[in-house]
Amino acid sequence: MTDSNNAITLLIDFSVIAVLIVGIWQFRAPRGARFGNLTAAFALLCAFILVLYRNGVIDAGTVVLSLLVGSIAGYAVARSVSMIQIPAMVAFQHGAGGIAAFLVSLVELMRGAHALDLINEVSGILGLTIGSLTFSGSMIAAAKLANKMRQTPQVLPAHTYIVLGNLGVLLAIGLAALYVPSGAKVYLYVAQIALSALFGIVFSIRIGGADMPVLISFLNATAGIAASFCGMVIENQLLIAFGATVAASGSILTHVMCKSMNRSLLRVFVPHTEKRVNARKKMPDAGSGGPGHAMAADSRQVDTNHRFAKAAGIVADARQVIIVPGYGMALAQAQLAVVSLVKKMVAMGKDVKYAIHPVAGRMPGHMNVLLAEAGVDYDMLVEMDAINPEFQNTDLVLVVGACDVVNPAAIDVPGTPISGMPILLTHEAKNVVCCNFDDKPGYSGVPNPRKIGKRSHHG
Amino acid sequence: MAHLVLMAGVFAASFIIGYALISRVPTLLHTPLMSMTNAISAVTILGALILFSLPLTGAEKLLGAVAIIAATFNVVGGFAVTDRMLRLFKEKSPEMDGK
Repeated sequence: MTDSNNAITLLIDFSVIAVLIVGIWQFRAPRGARFGNLTAAFALLCAFILVLYRNGVIDAGTVVLSLLVGSIAGYAVARSVSMIQIPAMVAFQHGAGGIAAFLVSLVELMRGAHALDLINEVSGILGLTIGSLTFSGSMIAAAKLANKMRQTPQVLPAHTYIVLGNLGVLLAIGLAALYVPSGAKVYLYVAQIALSALFGIVFSIRIGGADMPVLISFLNATAGIAASFCGMVIENQLLIAFGATVAASGSILTHVMCKSMNRSLLRVFVPHTEKRVNARKKMPDAGSGGPGHAMAADSRQVDTNHRFAKAAGIVADARQVIIVPGYGMALAQAQLAVVSLVKKMVAMGKDVKYAIHPVAGRMPGHMNVLLAEAGVDYDMLVEMDAINPEFQNTDLVLVVGACDVVNPAAIDVPGTPISGMPILLTHEAKNVVCCNFDDKPGYSGVPNPRKIGKRSHHG
Repeated sequence: MAHLVLMAGVFAASFIIGYALISRVPTLLHTPLMSMTNAISAVTILGALILFSLPLTGAEKLLGAVAIIAATFNVVGGFAVTDRMLRLFKEKSPEMDGK
């Protein structure tokens, strides 16, 4: 290839990358986001046609058939999935991306179509490793999010040492694969894939509960990195650039999620399990309900009707109202009931807003999608930092199926899994009405002292 | 060595530009953002396609086909579900005003 040809190739590649970036840029506001998504899809289509045009295809039958199968399956799932299942679907798709990345890296390494130099080979082995662990880790995450697996963290004996040992073996095999004669390489590649898959499993079963949004964001980043390494094996700028953008996005979301829970990434991946146990011992009614709740239930049974009437009175009198929706609302499919209540309140001239905690739901921004599905206008959805100063001047806070994100224990009680996590300051409001199904603690397992019972009110 | 510099440069530049732009995405749109970038990560479909530009053995063909299916599932499903989600986001509807 001549130099001028090379330059043109690069220029075209960069134009396609620019189209992708224009698409992402549209995501800065909800109005343009839909166009942005279509622009990014268009960029990928251009890249696809470009690669097809430049390289051609030998076995068109297999390619077309595979494309059809993948498209139909993908479209069918995208059509039928409900908004509450989105996190599980996204996790599953991260896994699909991981499979593609390690298979392409594997085939490219095995056949050595163009003479692979050291850089290609190292990239290929990294592509295998990261692709495979993204695949298995995502499958675990998807199973947990779809409730096919226990959502609580599962800790093996000496878990940290298993993880570190596994990492050491991966490093050793990866290095060895560079130096063994070419006939033996393939066995090491396969071993690397299998052990990376094991690593993904061991790594992610330990993460659960409120940390799932961090895991899913992290896997988003690794899927992007795997794609980039895959691009470095075949020396394709498009793959590298697209993968890098995804890696950037995943990193940002991981950071945002960690910050919203006041946890470092290391603490999420290597939880202090002992500390958790101690925190539970301090509060005997944490975890499984327990005797503490039974007592509370007795005392409150007496005046349920009175409480309902009182709550209704407060709702009628309030001028400034903030709704705090939690995942429990979505599980109970109470969105529509909440929305119709809000419509009535707005019609009565009340000022109503929704307060959205960054980790409400099971993935970053999940609650916004759930409320959008129920027909809530997005200008009523207010982020935590913007709404927290407003609670003091609020007459009524309606907590619907949220627990951890409004738990003052995050501020008052040290040593719990949520201590230090920024919360919605609902306790500063004049009245709080809780509409929760039960008294059980939230995802984190920490009981909320404010939450006394079903439709109860604390003045 | 020149291509390493180019590849590292492309990676770094895309990461930095992506980071700068995506930092400005409001939390409101974080789920669609992840769903869309998830679809973009299926760009490995290009790699899978390139595999089929040269003769393959039977086993390689099978692995390549699986890679194409997985990547297409990811890319089509990802963009389609993101579009569905973004259609749900509505601005304040006019009939709500003035009430």
